[in-house]
Amino acid sequence: MDMTLNINGQAHDVAAPAASLLVEVLRDTLGLTGTHIGCDTSQCGACHVLLDGVAVKSCTLLAAQAQGAAITTIEGLGTAETLHPMQQAFRDAHGLQCGFCTPGMVMAGLEMVRRHGTRLTPALVAHELEGNLCRCTGYLNIVKAIVAGAAAMETADA
Amino acid sequence: MRDFDLVRPASLAAATAAFAAGGEAAYLAGGHTLIPAMKSRLRMPDALIDLAGLDLAGIVPDGKRLWIGAMTRHADVAGGASAIPGLAALAGGIGDPQVRNRGTLGGSIANNDPAADYPAAALALDALIETDRATHKADDFFQGMFTTALADGEIITRIGFAIPQRSAYAKFRHPASRYAVVGVYVADHGNSWRVAVTGAGPGVFRWAEAEAAIAAGGALPTLPADDLNSDIHAGPEYRAHLCGVMLKQALAGLV
Repeated sequence: MDMTLNINGQAHDVAAPAASLLVEVLRDTLGLTGTHIGCDTSQCGACHVLLDGVAVKSCTLLAAQAQGAAITTIEGLGTAETLHPMQQAFRDAHGLQCGFCTPGMVMAGLEMVRRHGTRLTPALVAHELEGNLCRCTGYLNIVKAIVAGAAAMETADA
Repeated sequence: MRDFDLVRPASLAAATAAFAAGGEAAYLAGGHTLIPAMKSRLRMPDALIDLAGLDLAGIVPDGKRLWIGAMTRHADVAGGASAIPGLAALAGGIGDPQVRNRGTLGGSIANNDPAADYPAAALALDALIETDRATHKADDFFQGMFTTALADGEIITRIGFAIPQRSAYAKFRHPASRYAVVGVYVADHGNSWRVAVTGAGPGVFRWAEAEAAIAAGGALPTLPADDLNSDIHAGPEYRAHLCGVMLKQALAGLV
């Protein structure tokens, strides 16, 4: 079926089967491979993207369901030269080991800022991270990165 | 996932007409149970009918009942069902934040997973389940594992939960799926108590002995292990024990 997806501020006309998952269209059709497929069973969060600013699992969403919404992937957050404050915080805090879960972790961090503001506690972040798995088990630095990234977003907004 | 025809109707009439158009059809609500089932080919509908365009989301208190649209997402129930804090807390404990951003009340109620959370709330809060063609009482609606009173093609439009004086839900969650190994919802309706148990049996059920014991101020009962679920997570005796523990936790947390 023909669909139009608004991704990172740009409209993309896509012809894909109705059964295509959003993550499949992002990666395979459009080459936006920053969004990862980890478990493919709605557990791990490597596929998180923002739909109208709200974090969702792109492996459990049909691409067709995302029509009409503003989709933000990890590619839409910052540039290699100027990282988004949340991305920069992951770099500064070494909030990644193999890096596979990182795009979803960054999106989860943005979801926490959306729902709880920029002043996050480590306990809240740990609780809110239940939709993301890091198989390197590097959670300590991920929590530090999200707390710092959220705080940096407050400064960046000011 | 096997391909299908995607239909995106803008009215209930168009949705039911699409359902009746031939072949196997399925309604898509939040999709967080159906899409995984389709990926594993447990479900292979010929037509998938997306209910997102029917304007079925929203929360409206109406004196004695809190009416919640079938397409209201778990996150919105968690944040918006302040008239029933126990229900809001239940919704905030489903899945994880990203699941709650997509999964819907109506989808969960229609699916009637024996370990889902919402059926316990619907039963304990004496809910009315309104559809495009009928109103079902929760007591008659849930008919065992994945089975409900819904006819083929019937669409839940909204659910009215009786607003209790106090209520609470306690769940022993499966650590990976966050479904209830055992969940107990207790509601104080003033002149009566209702206690509903999910996860423990082949479907959600009311625990009449517990309701009577609470009302009488007597000792809390033990649930017999007969007919309770047994799987790799918990045997029937353990589930029976957990029912007692969750009952006490819910009673201690009434709000």
